[in-house]
Amino acid sequence: MAKPAEVSTESPVLETERPPQQASLPKGVTGLATWADDRLGLASLLKKNLRKVFPDHWSFLLGEIALYSFIVLLLTGVFLTIWFKPSMAEIEYQGSYQLMRGLPMSEAFASTLALSFDIRGGLLVRQIHHWAAMLFVAAMTVHMLRIFFTGAFRKPRELNWLIGVGLFSISLIEGFAGYSLPDDLLSGTGLRFVDGLIRSIPLVGTWVEFFAFGGEFPGELIIPRLYMVHILLVPGLLLGLIAAHLALVVYHKHTHYPGPGRKDGNVVGYPLFPVYTAKAGGFFFVVFGVSILMGATMQINPVWNFGPYNPAQVTAGSQPDWYMGWVEGAIRIMPNWEWHLGSTTWSWNVFLPGVGLMTALFVLLGLYPFVEAWITGDKSEHHVLDRPRNAPTRTALGVAGMTCYAMFWLSGGNDILATQFKLSLNAVTEFMRVAVFVAPVIAFIVTKRICISLQRADTERVLHGSETGIIERAPDGGYSEPHKPISIDEKFTLTQHKQLKELTSAPATDSHGVAEQGAGVGRLRALLSRWYLAGVITKPTAEEIVEADHHANGHELEEGHRHDDGDVPADPAGREVTH
Amino acid sequence: MRFLTAKRRGRAVRPALLVTALLLMGALYAAVAPAARVSADTGNSQQVAEGKALFQVTCSSCHGMNGEGTGQGPSLVGVGAAAVDFQVSTGRMPMANPGAQAPRKQNTYTDEEIAALAAFVATLAPGPAIPTEEQYSGEGLSAEQLAKGGELFRTNCSACHNFEGAGGALPNGKYAPSLVGVSGKHIWEAMRTGPQQMPVFSSGVVVDDDVRAIVGYLETLHAQPSGGLTFGALGPVAEGLFAWIIGIGGLCLIAVWIAAKGARAR
Repeated sequence: MAKPAEVSTESPVLETERPPQQASLPKGVTGLATWADDRLGLASLLKKNLRKVFPDHWSFLLGEIALYSFIVLLLTGVFLTIWFKPSMAEIEYQGSYQLMRGLPMSEAFASTLALSFDIRGGLLVRQIHHWAAMLFVAAMTVHMLRIFFTGAFRKPRELNWLIGVGLFSISLIEGFAGYSLPDDLLSGTGLRFVDGLIRSIPLVGTWVEFFAFGGEFPGELIIPRLYMVHILLVPGLLLGLIAAHLALVVYHKHTHYPGPGRKDGNVVGYPLFPVYTAKAGGFFFVVFGVSILMGATMQINPVWNFGPYNPAQVTAGSQPDWYMGWVEGAIRIMPNWEWHLGSTTWSWNVFLPGVGLMTALFVLLGLYPFVEAWITGDKSEHHVLDRPRNAPTRTALGVAGMTCYAMFWLSGGNDILATQFKLSLNAVTEFMRVAVFVAPVIAFIVTKRICISLQRADTERVLHGSETGIIERAPDGGYSEPHKPISIDEKFTLTQHKQLKELTSAPATDSHGVAEQGAGVGRLRALLSRWYLAGVITKPTAEEIVEADHHANGHELEEGHRHDDGDVPADPAGREVTH
Repeated sequence: MRFLTAKRRGRAVRPALLVTALLLMGALYAAVAPAARVSADTGNSQQVAEGKALFQVTCSSCHGMNGEGTGQGPSLVGVGAAAVDFQVSTGRMPMANPGAQAPRKQNTYTDEEIAALAAFVATLAPGPAIPTEEQYSGEGLSAEQLAKGGELFRTNCSACHNFEGAGGALPNGKYAPSLVGVSGKHIWEAMRTGPQQMPVFSSGVVVDDDVRAIVGYLETLHAQPSGGLTFGALGPVAEGLFAWIIGIGGLCLIAVWIAAKGARAR
C-alpha cells in the first residue's frame, strides 16, 4: 500500500518511535476470537502451546506419516461406509460387472463391486483407503524402528513406548478386519487362516471359534461383527491411544539428536507456530497427495478378479497384506507338529508360529525398555537421542530382530519368490527354516562389528581430525595424507554420549571397606551387563583430546613452516635418491 | 413273390443272406460308431511318413524310435495329436535341456511339420485330436456363460494358475505357467491332454462348452482395463512391496526435503 508522501519538518530523532502499525484483523474476526476466548480460554492455551519447540530432523516426521495416513483412512473410510453393506446374506449379482453377472454372492461383496464399478469415484476411494492402510502400518513400523534405534524409549518415555506397541498391535487387527470385509476370495481365505489360528488354541480353540463366528466357519455373522470392529471399536481405541501418545509427546517434550547446545534439559528446534504449522501442515497434504496418487495410478486388491468367497475355491498367490505376511510365512515354513491326546488335537504346527509368534513379538517389544534399563542400570532421564553406533548391542539386537522378521516375511511369499526367481519352492522353504534362526545371529554379529568400527572411526576423527584428501610426498619419498582437525562442535557431538559402566556382581566397597549402597548386582545381571557392553569403544577423554589438539597444532606449525619454504627446491639428497 | 417262394430253399440263399447280414451290420456299425477324431490327416500315409521321419530325427532320442518312451522321456502312445500340437507349437518340445519342467519358448517348427508329427503320433494309438475352432473359441458367449466360466476357472484352475491366470509355484521347481496370452486352442489341448504337472480335464468332466466359457472368461478378464498399475497381478506380496518402496520410500524422501528446509537453511 502506497503511503502519501509527506514532507516532514521535524527531525525523526526527536519523535517518539512507535512500532510500525501492523495490519489489524477485521473487527469481525477479532470480535469472534474474543468471544471464543471469553468462553473457552483458548488464548492462554494457544499462547503456551504455539511456541512449543520441536527439533528438526527428517526421521521425526515418520510418526507424522502414520498420523496423517490415519486421517486419510478416517476420511476415505467415511465415504466407504456410506455404500458398503456389511451383510452376508446371499444375493444374485445383477450389477454392471459383466464377468460376475448372475453369480450368487454376499451383499458385502456385491456392494464392494458396486463401489468399484457403479459409484462415482468409488474405486478411487477404495484404492486410496487400502494404500493408506498399507502406509499407516508401514509408517508405524519405521517410526517404531527409529524410536528403538535412537533409544527414545528410555526414561521417561517407557509408557509412551508401550502405548506405541499397543497402537501397532491393534492397527494389525484393524487392517485385518478391513481386509476381510469385502468377502472376496482372498479375504475369505484370510479369514479361514485366522479361523485356523483360533482353532489351534489348545482345548478352547473350537469353542472360541464358534464364539467368534457364531457357529461353523464362515457362518453369517463374522462380517457384521468385523464391520463393527473395523469402523467403531478399533478406530475408537486408536483415536484414544493416539491422543494419549501425542499428549505424552507434548508433556515429555520432543527428543533431539546430539549436537552443540543440545542437552537433556532443553529442546533445540523451531516453534510449533509458524515453522511447524507450515511444515507439518504441508506434510499432511503431501501424505494425502501421495495416497491419492497411489490410489489413482496403482491397482490394489482387485476384488472383481478374485471373485466372491467360496470355501471350495482357493487361488495361487493367496497372501495377506504385508503386515500379516510374517505370520503367514511362519505357518508356511513350520514343520507339521501335532499331538493327539485322547480326544483332543494340539496343533503346534499352527499355534506356535501363529499365536505364539505374534504374542512373542509384542511381549518382547513391550518388555525391551525395561530389560535394557535393568541390564545397563541406567536410571537417568534421557532427552538427547543415542546415535545407534553408541549402543552397539541394542542396534545389533534391533537389526537381528528386523532380519528375523524379514526371513519370516520372505517365507510368506515363498511361492512368489519361487516363480519370480525361478527357484524351487521346497528349496526356498527349507532355506528359510534355517535362515530364521541363523540369519539373525549373523546380522547381530555383523551389525555389532560395524557399530564398533564406526565408534573407532569417531575416536580417530576426534583425535586426529578428518582426512583432507591431499596426498603429500615427503622428501624421502614417503607418501602421507595430512589430517585436518575437526571443529569443536563436531568433537562435542562425537563425544557427548554417556559411557555406560559394566555392572559387577561383587559388591563394591569404599575406602573404608564398607559396601556401597546399591552397588553389586546379581550374577545374571552382571553377566548380561558384560555382554551388553562387550566391545564398546571407550570414548576419548578430555585430556586425550587436549593432547591430540596440541599434537595437531604441532603438525600445523610444521606444515606452515614447510609452506614458507615451499619455493625452495627439495633438498638435493632427495633428488639424488630419485636419480 | 412266387420267385422268392420258389427259390427260398435254394443252395445259394444261405451264403447270400449271410453276406447281406454282414453288409448290413458293417454299414450300421460304420454309421453309428464314433468317427476317429483326429484332424491330422491319418489317411494320408505321406504325411504320416514325413511325421515319422521328423519324429525319428528330433524326438526319438528321448521318446524312442516309435514313441514307446525311454528313461529320458515318457511314452507317447495314446497321447493324441492334441498333445503333440500343444507341446510343439508352444515350444515346450523339444526340450532345450532337462529340468524340472519344460518352459514355454520360441517354436521353430512350421505348421506342416507339427501337423506331420501329430499325424504320426496319432497313429500310435487313439487320443485327443486337435480341436476345431468351435470347440475352444471364446467368442460370442453371453454374460452368464462368461460368469460361469469364471466360476469354473476359480474352482478348477486358480489354485495353481492364480486368480488372474498369472501362474503359480508347484513343488520342487515346477510351476503352473501364466495363462496371459495363451490361445484358446492351447488351453483346450492342455485341459484334454494334461501336459507336465497339469491334471487331465477330460471331455466327460469339463465339456467343450465349459472350456469355451473358461477361455472366454480369461480373454475378457485379460482384455478389461485395470485400476492402475497391476505389478504382475501377483496379489498382496507385490502390493506390499510397492507400498514400502513407493509409499514409504517416497514419503521419506519428502520428509528429508521438508526437514532440510529449515528457517535457518537459506
